Amino acid sequence: MTAAPEFALQVRNLRKAYKDVLAVDGLDLAIRAGECFGLLGPNGAGKTTTMEICEGLTDADSGSLEMLGMSWDSDAANLRQRLGIQLQDTQLADKLTVLETVRLFRSFFRAGPTPAEVIALVQLEEKGNARIGNLSGGQKQRLAMACALVGDPDFLFLDEPTTGLDPQARRQLWDLIERFKASGRTILLTTHYMDEAERLCDRIAIMDHGKVIALGTPRELIASIGVEHVVEFSAGSSTAPLDIEPLHRLDGVRDVRRENGSVEMLVTELHRAVPALLDELSRQGAPLTELRTHSASLEDVFVTLTGRHLRDE
Amino acid sequence: MLDPGATRASRQSPSAAWTSHPLAQLTLVRFLGFLREPEAMFWVFVFPILLAAGLGIAFRNRPADVLRITAVSPQLAQALRQEKLLDVAEMPAAAAEEALRNGKVALLAVPAPGGGVVYRYDDTNPEGRAARMLADRAIQRGAGRIDPVSVTDRFLREPGSRYIDFLIPGLLGMNLMGSAIWGMGFAIVDSRRKNLMKRLVATPMPRHYYLLSFLLSRLLMLVVEVGVLLTFGALAFGVPLRGSLADLALLSVLGSLSFSALGLLIASRARTIEAASGLMNAVMMPMWILSGVFFSSQRFPAFAQPIIKALPLTAAIDALRMNMLQGAGMAQLMPQIGVLAAWLIVCFSLALKLFRWR
Ligand SMILES: Nc1ncnc2c1ncn2[C@@H]1O[C@H](COP(=O)(O)OP(=O)(O)OP(=O)(O)O)[C@@H](O)[C@H]1O
Ligand SMILES: [Mg+2]
Repeated sequence: MTAAPEFALQVRNLRKAYKDVLAVDGLDLAIRAGECFGLLGPNGAGKTTTMEICEGLTDADSGSLEMLGMSWDSDAANLRQRLGIQLQDTQLADKLTVLETVRLFRSFFRAGPTPAEVIALVQLEEKGNARIGNLSGGQKQRLAMACALVGDPDFLFLDEPTTGLDPQARRQLWDLIERFKASGRTILLTTHYMDEAERLCDRIAIMDHGKVIALGTPRELIASIGVEHVVEFSAGSSTAPLDIEPLHRLDGVRDVRRENGSVEMLVTELHRAVPALLDELSRQGAPLTELRTHSASLEDVFVTLTGRHLRDE
Repeated sequence: MLDPGATRASRQSPSAAWTSHPLAQLTLVRFLGFLREPEAMFWVFVFPILLAAGLGIAFRNRPADVLRITAVSPQLAQALRQEKLLDVAEMPAAAAEEALRNGKVALLAVPAPGGGVVYRYDDTNPEGRAARMLADRAIQRGAGRIDPVSVTDRFLREPGSRYIDFLIPGLLGMNLMGSAIWGMGFAIVDSRRKNLMKRLVATPMPRHYYLLSFLLSRLLMLVVEVGVLLTFGALAFGVPLRGSLADLALLSVLGSLSFSALGLLIASRARTIEAASGLMNAVMMPMWILSGVFFSSQRFPAFAQPIIKALPLTAAIDALRMNMLQGAGMAQLMPQIGVLAAWLIVCFSLALKLFRWR
């Protein structure tokens, strides 16, 4: 083998249409070897479709794809040996035990840890002989992770690995993902959780309608909207309703929008925007009932770019 | 605790044991899944035995019935009791009349003047006519008649020609079909519906192993299924096994493979259990009726016979019956074997073409 290629996965102009929707619409992606790359986007953005095309499970209508220096057309068998895959919604067989399931998946791979080692890795030792039907949601997700890790993969696909988990179970999975990343291997993951993406991902692509609409490190993406802080407040009453129009013209304010009942202001300079806001409210005679601020996050990037929240159902 | 990075250093090749071969693992998992499904166990193992036992008892060959008759005089009753197939009661005339009218007795014998006898019975009722013949024979013999021709009775009650003997191979065939088609159909559609199939396809698993594992686990269960039903038939009803057991085993395997291929074809595209079970019933229902499980398929009109004979269940049941009851060898069963093999090949090739892997 020659030196490892810079990119573990390169996708160009990928397109996939279903009957009535264009699920992936001319997508380009280049994922560096050793990075954890996040795909973010609202429901139906095309994240799962993109993942499954990369995993060789769905055929794209057009476009090119190169993974680990190989392609699905010519090296499918070798590629499969080197990928770890977790699908968005797989139900493993309820009647089988954890150990039986991991053994089955292990038998497909030429090399990798023993079933007992993988089970220890995801901390399911005590559940080795438990039926899958009796596992909790978090334990099932960890088992799915075990099945993805069982072939000692070079490239790990995780489609919403922590959806539906409680905070503690999510943190356990993050630990696992971070340790995998620390061993220098590549991860492509999708998520609806901003904190998850900010914590795990080196770079992020935000997708909408089958296209990448923003790409960069979490820091770059946040910087790209030119906003440092977000001020959320509620003000006004039925007798003295708030007029948000004048807020746009306040010092250091980039954008203002109503957000179910309260108002969100994107601001560049908090120390000038807040006093200006208070002056304006007292001018309108609208009493302030609530005020909060936070540093701009990926969520704000997303809302700014698409006008929608990432977790809009 | 282990580290995902650390496992890389300890990369080890899979142990050489055959149990860690993907085909062995897939078959094992399939088999375990079945064993842990109590309903499936019931339908495959217990139900055929209950059915065989129930039908065997309902249609068992009873010894010829004893007919109840009545006589009004002691002498007449005495003479009639020489006949073992008659149960003779002596009654006063009025009570006897009443018993005859109510059908409690089949015949009433009354002395007639001059030493004669009057038989009163319903001549439209076979029991009445049988009682008339038996009673008359007893009276005439009692009066000294000697039959000019000597006769011997030989009864047809030997194993091999009773209803239960006909039934067991039929149930065996039906069971082979049902467990193969249901077993394949539900398991495949369920794993497709739950995206488990897609998950397996995402591993380096060779796809033909996946299909093969269904056939292999079927064969494993076959040993139990066939064994249990035949042992039950032999022990409980003395159902004969006249043909070679090796042939019988081969026929069961061939039958089961043909039905499995049919099941695979039925399940090759369905995405929901409802769609699959509708298809399965549509395929199996005609065969349950036409293929001679419970009664001979010869009863259907002649023009339908070529079609009926081409059905896999007819072929399987005919071959099993000929092997078990007539001791037929493989050479005589070639037409049936041909039909089964044709279904196997056609269904399997079609299923491979049509199979939806996700
Ligand atoms: N098999 C399919 N047949 C038809 N349409 C499909 C199919 N799979 C996906 N789609 C459509 O393609 C679009 C993209 O779906 P995809 O599952 O890739 O979205 P996603 O970004 O993963 O969404 P989510 O966050 O809800 O998982 C959606 O509009 C979806 O309805
Ligand atoms: Mg998805």
